Amino acid sequence: MTGAEGALLAMVLLPGSMGAALALTRRWERVATPIAVATAGLTTALAAVVALARPALSAPFLAGADFALEVDALAALTAPMIAAVAFLVLVFAAGSIRESRARFHGLMLIFSAAALVTASAASIPALLFAWEVMGATSYALIGFWWREPRRVSAGLTAFLTTRTADLGLYVAAGAALAGGAGMALSDLPAATDPWRHVVAAGIMVAALGKAAQLPFSFWLSGAMQGPSPVSALLHSAAMVAMGGFLLLRVEPLLAATGWAGPVAAWLGMLTAVLMGIVALAQRELKQLLAASTVAQLGFVVLAAGVGAVSGGAAHLVAHASTKALLFLAAGAWLTAWGTEDLARLRGVGRRWRVVGVCASVGALALAGIAPLSLWATKDAVLAAALEASPWLYAAGLLASALSAAYAGKALWAIWRRGDGAGVRAGGTGQVGALEQAPLVVLAAGAAGLVVLALPPLSRALAQTLGGHGEVSAVELALSAVIAAAVLLLLLRLRAPEPRWAREWLGLERIAHAVVVRPSLSLAHALARFDDHVLDRTVMAAAGAVPVLARIAARADDRILDGGVDATAHAADVTGQLAARVDDDGVDRGVEILAGRVRRLGHLARIPQTGAIHQYFLQAVAVLTIGVVAWFVYAVMG
Amino acid sequence: MSMLSLIVFLPLAGAIVLAAMPTIGPAVARWAWVAVSAVELVLVGVLWVGYEDPGQNALAYEQQVPWIPGVNSSYHVGVDGLSLPLVAMTTIVFLACAVYALRQPDRPRIQAALFLFLQGVSLGVFVAADLILFFVFFDLSIVGMYFVIAGWGHGNAARSALKFFLYTFLGSLALLLGFIGLYVAAAPHTFDIPELVAATPLDDSPLTGGLVLAAIVVGLAVKTPTVPFHTWLPPAHTDAPATGSAVLAAVLLKMGTYGFVRIAMPMLPEAWRSWAWAIVAIGIVSVLYGAFVALAQTDLKRMVAYTSVNHMGYIVLALGAAGLVAEGAEQARSVAVTGAVVQMVSHGLITAALFLLAGVMQDRAGTYDMGSYGGLAGPAPRYAALFAVGAFASLGLPGFSGFIAEFQIFAGSIAVAPVTAIALPGILVTAALFLRALQQVFTGPTEGRSPGFADLRVRELWSVGPLLALSVLIGVLPRVLLEVIEPASAALVSLVGR
Repeated sequence: MTGAEGALLAMVLLPGSMGAALALTRRWERVATPIAVATAGLTTALAAVVALARPALSAPFLAGADFALEVDALAALTAPMIAAVAFLVLVFAAGSIRESRARFHGLMLIFSAAALVTASAASIPALLFAWEVMGATSYALIGFWWREPRRVSAGLTAFLTTRTADLGLYVAAGAALAGGAGMALSDLPAATDPWRHVVAAGIMVAALGKAAQLPFSFWLSGAMQGPSPVSALLHSAAMVAMGGFLLLRVEPLLAATGWAGPVAAWLGMLTAVLMGIVALAQRELKQLLAASTVAQLGFVVLAAGVGAVSGGAAHLVAHASTKALLFLAAGAWLTAWGTEDLARLRGVGRRWRVVGVCASVGALALAGIAPLSLWATKDAVLAAALEASPWLYAAGLLASALSAAYAGKALWAIWRRGDGAGVRAGGTGQVGALEQAPLVVLAAGAAGLVVLALPPLSRALAQTLGGHGEVSAVELALSAVIAAAVLLLLLRLRAPEPRWAREWLGLERIAHAVVVRPSLSLAHALARFDDHVLDRTVMAAAGAVPVLARIAARADDRILDGGVDATAHAADVTGQLAARVDDDGVDRGVEILAGRVRRLGHLARIPQTGAIHQYFLQAVAVLTIGVVAWFVYAVMG
Repeated sequence: MSMLSLIVFLPLAGAIVLAAMPTIGPAVARWAWVAVSAVELVLVGVLWVGYEDPGQNALAYEQQVPWIPGVNSSYHVGVDGLSLPLVAMTTIVFLACAVYALRQPDRPRIQAALFLFLQGVSLGVFVAADLILFFVFFDLSIVGMYFVIAGWGHGNAARSALKFFLYTFLGSLALLLGFIGLYVAAAPHTFDIPELVAATPLDDSPLTGGLVLAAIVVGLAVKTPTVPFHTWLPPAHTDAPATGSAVLAAVLLKMGTYGFVRIAMPMLPEAWRSWAWAIVAIGIVSVLYGAFVALAQTDLKRMVAYTSVNHMGYIVLALGAAGLVAEGAEQARSVAVTGAVVQMVSHGLITAALFLLAGVMQDRAGTYDMGSYGGLAGPAPRYAALFAVGAFASLGLPGFSGFIAEFQIFAGSIAVAPVTAIALPGILVTAALFLRALQQVFTGPTEGRSPGFADLRVRELWSVGPLLALSVLIGVLPRVLLEVIEPASAALVSLVGR
């Protein structure tokens, strides 16, 4: 194993094992935070090393399916981003999480290890492995404050919704096995038809679920029940982002099918527009940010659909930095001011200037204001969309305008002078240095990562990943003008807040009505069937055995035993009869016979006279009879 | 005496000694049980280290001694990649039970004797290479379990034990009928398993072959159990003691699924292929039905019992798919069989852990009713953590053995028969029901019977912990197990394809 391969292994194993140790032992409660921050820092360094060295690792795992990790250009971009955001979020959490630190940090480390494996996974088993561990840790992290049932419920919804989509990966694995191309992600486009289509569809469903694209979006709304650092990591840089990432990863497969690319592109745009409206309608900051995450991921999904992988990857990374920043700022305000209600957050930006300025950089980047990062990364995607279809491009511009609108809504809210603003009940009134420092770094990322989408770096990325190296100045200018105009408009206009949009299109209600409730009804019906029909049938069959036995016993008594009795009786009678026969018939017969024999003997003695002449006469008589008999026999023939 | 015979008869000898000497004190009896089980584990470890794959239709550590020569039945034992993992899992589960029962106050000497007896006959089933020997051990295990449930159970134990006994005993009679069918059809008549596998006596008579397979499948389906023969399982589990439930779920159920791979598939390949779709259907129904009925349960033990129906359904599904012979599907079918055997081991480890944990509940608060608890993670954090780990393991999360099993089962089965994908919601429903149970029992405000619930004690930790740790080991480093299983499943697939 070379040094680079060792670094890759360590990048995954270090946070994974330290996280498991922290999550399972309560003795390290006091030192959990420093251990976790140090681990995350080291992991970030390792991620930087592997991003430069680009190692690959493969170990036999299942028959014909290795556990393969490979740091290619896409992973080299994504893995350091995940590690760095995880590190910054844990620094922030050091100042804000005060109970069950070992459990919190342990789960966060396991999660980041899983996200790093996802980013570098090169085979389906490795991908699915990390993919579902991300889902399970997100469940535990969203429900971190387990004494409150609604938070645990939100975790459950998140896990079950994403796992529903994950079933697509199981189908994809089976199809890959049948398709004969093996389970390496890069070989999937070579699978035979129709299996290639099944693989693409399965992976796409799983990715859309994780990325909270329509119709799965609702789980992310509930996921905001988790601590803010959780949202900052899971719902910006990893997990949700990994959904978009996966589609970028399998872009060649999507392209190979012919249909999957356009479907992904349109689904992404539909999500970006609709969830943009949803974001604009939100009244709580974290809900607004969550909906905006879904909408922004729509651009990444679009990128995968139109083959703009470099633009999509740049957008993913820049958005991670931006959104992590905004979630952390929201968390800082929630802790300090005790509210995340936009109306009550008025002027919060003035109270803590560092937080306010950093968050504003984030909001401006989110709005697509030039020259901040998301402005250019988004246009790198839209340029490819324009080539695919002008309608797609138009939808993309609409989604961009909506981004500016909801970002503006949040931005103006925190700077507007308001009455009644101030620390609420439950607020600490403080934002510590540990909570402010990561925001500055992330703000620098939100602004500076624009280099990813501008020459010369964009050309290099496009060459290795595929996509557009350069975007025309007209398009860049157009989107910048639209963003600025909409942002300014929001200063004057009140954002529309229709109920259907505020309630996330009622998606969760629909999911409950269409999936959850029928499933529970089915479960109860089957359980009743099991108890009342199936088990009762068995018991009735068993109960029939004693009944049968009783019938048999009766038959035994009446028929068999009676028969035996009757037979015995008959035998008795027969015996008596026989005795009588014996006495009256046989015995007498014997006696008669004996009498006759006696008489015969008597008769036989008569000729024995002792006189010779009489014997001679007897001999002549017998001879005569013999001659006559012979004569008769001879004549008769 | 060969190694395998030692492994089978050592616990039986221990059982006789314990049963015959009333002067043995409770503490000595308990520790003697642990000691014998530990020695067994060491012996099986030696077996594992020295094991080399014997090849198709051959056995390692083979021993054959004439027994009933009149019917060509012998004392014939041996292991291969299908049975060795189950032998190992059995010894581990019994050791965990021995440790768990270290504080058990009710007639410890007799209980130890009974469990050692059960261990011996259970191991006998998995190493038997003769149908009569298999049947004898199979039935003796039913007898042993009857006494465990009836003697140490709670609730309606006598009735549940009787139901269990009669139902599974009836199943075993169907099995015997099938065995006799095989014996009669073979020329020369024999009960020897490798000989019958080599002869495939009923290959040319589809009707008789189908009937004999039906008898064997019904017998095994009762024991496994699959829908609709499963209704003895929930009451037996609910009323059995924790250790009894653990052994019942982990070991006795596997005798059913093991019978498929040891007897039904290799001896009746023609019939198995003809009826493969029916087997797949039984598997799919068991997966979904078991999962949904489990979802509706309010009693923790009944819920886990129904998830066993679901988990056994995956095995049946995969084995059915392995009978769907198609061009170039050899590898996929082999993957499915490997997944099924891993599932037998995995389910044994995880479900034994869950039933032992459920026993803690009965022990502390006297009820399995999940609605009677709430916020249990507060007073019993270690218990909550271990239960959560067990639940995630059972729902097939990667990192645990269940994932290795279910991923291969589904990948292999879907590749052979795409329609098997309709069983996939099974893993979703199990996820839902375990998370709901976790939420109900362990989270929220601490209420009901939760306040004052004592956390796990050392012996409980040391019985359940290693089971789950092994599940993690298999989940992270599956090659340890798969190196043993894969050659055997490839051999089985080629035997079925004959």
